[in-house]
Amino acid sequence: MNNLGVVLVMLVLAALAYQIGLARSRRAAVSVDGHAMRMHSRPHYHGWLAVLRAAVPAFGVFVLWRLFGEQVIQNLVLGAMPAGAVPEDSMQQRVLLQRLGNLASGFGLTGEVSAVERAAAAHMAQLQSLGRMIVAALMGTAATLGLFWSWRTTTAQTRARNKVERAVQTGLILCSAVAIFTTVGIVLSMLGEALRFFQFISPADFFLGTVWNPRFDTSGQGVQSGFGMLPLLSGTLLVAAIAMAVALPLGLMTAIYMAEYASHRTRNVAKPVIEVLAGIPTIVYGFFALVIMGPFLSGLGAALGLEIRATSALTAGVVMGIMIIPFISSLSDDIITQVPKSMRDGSLALGGTKSETVVKVVLPAALPGIVGAVLLAVSRAIGETMIVVLAAGNAPVLTANPFEAVSTVTVTIVNQLTGDQDFASPQSLVAFALGLTLFVMTLILNVVALVVVRRYREQYE
Amino acid sequence: MNTSTPATGYAAIRSRVESSLNRRKAQETRFRLIGMTAVAIALGLVALLFATIVSKGLPAFWEATFELDVNFDKELVQIGPKPVREPTETPAAFQKRMLAWQTDLGFVDFNELLVQALAKHLPDAAKHPRDALRLITTGERFALRDMVMNDPGVVGQTRRLKLLADANVDVWLKGNIDRSLPDAQQQLSARTRAWADELKSKGVIQNRFSTALSMNPDSRSSLASAGLAGAFMGSLMMMIIVILLAVPIGVASAIYLEEFAPKNRWTDLIEVNINNLAAVPSIVFGLLGAAVFILWFKLPLSAPLVGGLVLTLMTLPTVIIATRSTLKAIPPSIREAALGVGASKVQSITDHVLPLALPGILTATIIGVAQALGETAPLLLIGMSAFVTTIPSTPLEQSTALPVAIYLWQGNELRNFFEARTSAAIMVLLALMLTLNSLAIWLRKRFETRW
Repeated sequence: MNNLGVVLVMLVLAALAYQIGLARSRRAAVSVDGHAMRMHSRPHYHGWLAVLRAAVPAFGVFVLWRLFGEQVIQNLVLGAMPAGAVPEDSMQQRVLLQRLGNLASGFGLTGEVSAVERAAAAHMAQLQSLGRMIVAALMGTAATLGLFWSWRTTTAQTRARNKVERAVQTGLILCSAVAIFTTVGIVLSMLGEALRFFQFISPADFFLGTVWNPRFDTSGQGVQSGFGMLPLLSGTLLVAAIAMAVALPLGLMTAIYMAEYASHRTRNVAKPVIEVLAGIPTIVYGFFALVIMGPFLSGLGAALGLEIRATSALTAGVVMGIMIIPFISSLSDDIITQVPKSMRDGSLALGGTKSETVVKVVLPAALPGIVGAVLLAVSRAIGETMIVVLAAGNAPVLTANPFEAVSTVTVTIVNQLTGDQDFASPQSLVAFALGLTLFVMTLILNVVALVVVRRYREQYE
Repeated sequence: MNTSTPATGYAAIRSRVESSLNRRKAQETRFRLIGMTAVAIALGLVALLFATIVSKGLPAFWEATFELDVNFDKELVQIGPKPVREPTETPAAFQKRMLAWQTDLGFVDFNELLVQALAKHLPDAAKHPRDALRLITTGERFALRDMVMNDPGVVGQTRRLKLLADANVDVWLKGNIDRSLPDAQQQLSARTRAWADELKSKGVIQNRFSTALSMNPDSRSSLASAGLAGAFMGSLMMMIIVILLAVPIGVASAIYLEEFAPKNRWTDLIEVNINNLAAVPSIVFGLLGAAVFILWFKLPLSAPLVGGLVLTLMTLPTVIIATRSTLKAIPPSIREAALGVGASKVQSITDHVLPLALPGILTATIIGVAQALGETAPLLLIGMSAFVTTIPSTPLEQSTALPVAIYLWQGNELRNFFEARTSAAIMVLLALMLTLNSLAIWLRKRFETRW
C-alpha cells in the first residue's frame, strides 16, 4: 500500500474515532438513573480527544516504519545471506540490494539469477510482508488501545476541552521551536564544518591572509596555502560601499519626497511601483548588470578616458544599489511618517519652510531609525550573491579600485561548493568557514539594527 | 541717538527678510526638485529594467520554423512491430524487449528523412547533407523518432511537420549576428546561410510562435528546442513543499508568539531570533542545506525535495512576521468579547481571530512563495545547477528551478541566441512574480479592515 493510501485509511479511521468519542460522551451525559448530567466539555471535544489518543501513537508507528523499516529489512536479508555472497564494497552492496528488491517486488530481472539471490529475494519478500503485517497490527493495536482508554475514562466530568487545548498549544510551541532549531542548525553545521577546515588551515592564515588562491595541492607535500580571506572581505566591503553610495541618497530622498511632499495620488501609484523593484529576483538584477549596466558603464568610462571593466566592483555595486533603493525607501518612509506631527507643526509654526523642517527637525528625530534601516541594508548588500556572481568579475585581489574586477565572500562560497568537489577537502570546507564569517557579520549588523530600531519605536510610542 | 527714521529701518529689515525669504524659498524648491528627481530616477530604473528585458526577450518567443513534408520512408525506417507485453512475461523481461526495440529504432537514420524532406525545396541538399542538416536543430530527429515510437503506424506515410530551425539559423535570419563577418567567424557555412535565406524567401522557414520554450526540458545539443518545462516543474514542486510546510508551521508559531507566549526572556530570544533569520543572507540557508540535508541526511543532490526544505526554512521567518502583524492588527476587543461570553483562549482564536486574520495570512503566504520562487543562491549550493534534460516527476529526481535555469542560460556560449532566450525566461519568472505580488496587493486592498 502506498503512502497516500495509508494516509487516506488513517483519515477514515480518525473520523471513526471522532464519532466514537462523540457517541461515548453523549452516553456519559446521561446518568445511571436516566437524568441528564452537566458535561464539563462539549461533545466534539471528546471526539477530538479520542482522535488524538488513537491517531498520534498509530501515526508515530507509521513514521518510524517509513524511516527505518527499509534499512532493518535490508540488514536482516544481508545478514542471513551466506558469508561469501555479500560483497564488501558498499556500491556493490547497493547494486545487490537493488536486484533483490526488483526480484522481491515481482518486477523480475533479466539475465542470470543465482540460487543465493533467489533465496535472499524470497527472504526479503517474506520479511517485507511480515513487516507490513506487524506494522499494521501495531498501528491497529495502538489506535484501539488509545480509543479504549478514551472510552473507559470518559465521564461527564472529563476535562476533554482542556486536554485538547493543551495538545494544540504543545503543537504551536513545537512549531515556533522550528525557527530556533534553524538558527541552532545554521550555527552548529557551519561551526562543525568550519572547525574541520581549521584543521587544515590555521585561523590566522585564513582571517589575516592576503592571498586568495586555493588550489589543489599538486606538490604532493600536503601543504595548503592561498586561503587568505582579506581579498574577499575587501571586495565585499567595496561592492557594499558602492551600493550604499547609490542607494542611500536615492532611497532617502525618495522616502522624504513620498512622506512629506507627494500628493496622495502620486504616493498611491509610485510607492507600489518602486516596491516592485524589491520583488524582482536577484538573478534578474545580475543579468541586467551583465547585459546592460556593465557595457554602459564601460562605454561611459571610455568616453571619460577611464578604463572601466564591464564586470567590475562598480557594475555590481551600482546594480546592487538599485536593488536596495526600495528597501531603504520603504523602511525610511515608515520611520519618517512615525515622527509625531506635533514636531513638524512646531517647526512650521516658527516659520520654518518644509525643507528646513525636514532637514532640521524630522530627520534628526528619525535618525536612529534610519541608521537601523541603513544597517539592515548593508547586511543585505554583504550577503547578496547572484548580482556579484554575475557582474563583479570574480577576481580575488586586494584592491580599492572600483573599476577593477573583484570577488566577494558570497561569490567564493558559490564557486567552492559548485562543481564536482570532495566535501572533505579544504577547498570545499572553506565555504563553511566563509559562510560562518558572513553569518556572524550579518548577525551583528542585524542585531544592532534591530536594537536601534526598537529603541526608536519605544521613544515615540 | 538713532538718526534713521523708523521708515528706513523698516525697509532695511523688510529687504533683509525678503532676500532671506527668497533664498529659503529657492532652497525649498531645490530640495523639492531633488526629491522629485530621486523618485523619477527610481521609477525610471523600474521602467528601464522592464523595457530592456521585454525588448530583448519578446522576440525569443518566436523562432524560425520549417514547415516540411516528411516522408517516413519504409525503406529507411526498417523496424519490427512494437513489442506488446505477454501475460506470462515478467515486467523486467518486457522492459528488456522494449529497450531492444527502442535501440533498433535508434539506429534508424532519421537525418536522411530530414535531408529528403529538405531536398524537395533545395535540389542540392542531398549532395551536401552536412550543410543541409545544420539548418534544422538536432532535437528534431529525436522528435521524429518519438513520433515513430508512439505510433509505429506513421511509417510509410508523409506528414506535414513544423520543425524548429537550428539556433544559429535563427540568429542568422533574425539578424542577431553581423552578416558581413568573414566566413571563418560565422557559425554556419556559406552554403547553409544561403539556403536559409532562400528557404526564408520561399516561405518554407517562417518566424512562428514556438512552444519549445515552455513545453520542452532543457537541452545542450539542441539549443533551439531548449525549454523551461523541467525548471518550471522543479519550481512548482518546491513551491508546493514550501506551501505545505512553511504556511502551517509559520502560522502556528505566529499564533503561539502573538497569542499565547508569556512575555519573558525566552520569547524575547525567539523574537530576536526570527527577526534575525529574516535578514540572514539566503546563501547561508544554502550552506545549511548542504551540510544538514546533503552531508548528514544523505538526501540526493539536485532534488526538489531538498530545495523545497531549504526554501521553507528561508521563507518561514517572512511568513511568521507577516502573520504576526496581521494578528496584531486585530483589536483585543474581539478576543475579549469571545472570552467574555465564556469561550476558552483556544476557542477565541480558532473561532474569531483566525477567520478575521485569514486574508492577512493568505497575503503572507503569497509574499513568502514569491520570495522563495525567485531565490537562486541557496539552490546552487545543493546542486540544483546541475544540467538536467528531463522533466522531474517526483520530488526526489534531479531537477532545476526557474531562476537557476536563468543562471545557466546566461552563461551559454551561444550568446546572441541565449541572451534573448534568457530574457524570455526572465519574462516568464517576472510574470509569475508580478502576478503573485499583485494578487497579494489585491487581497490586502479587498479585505483590508480598519478597526
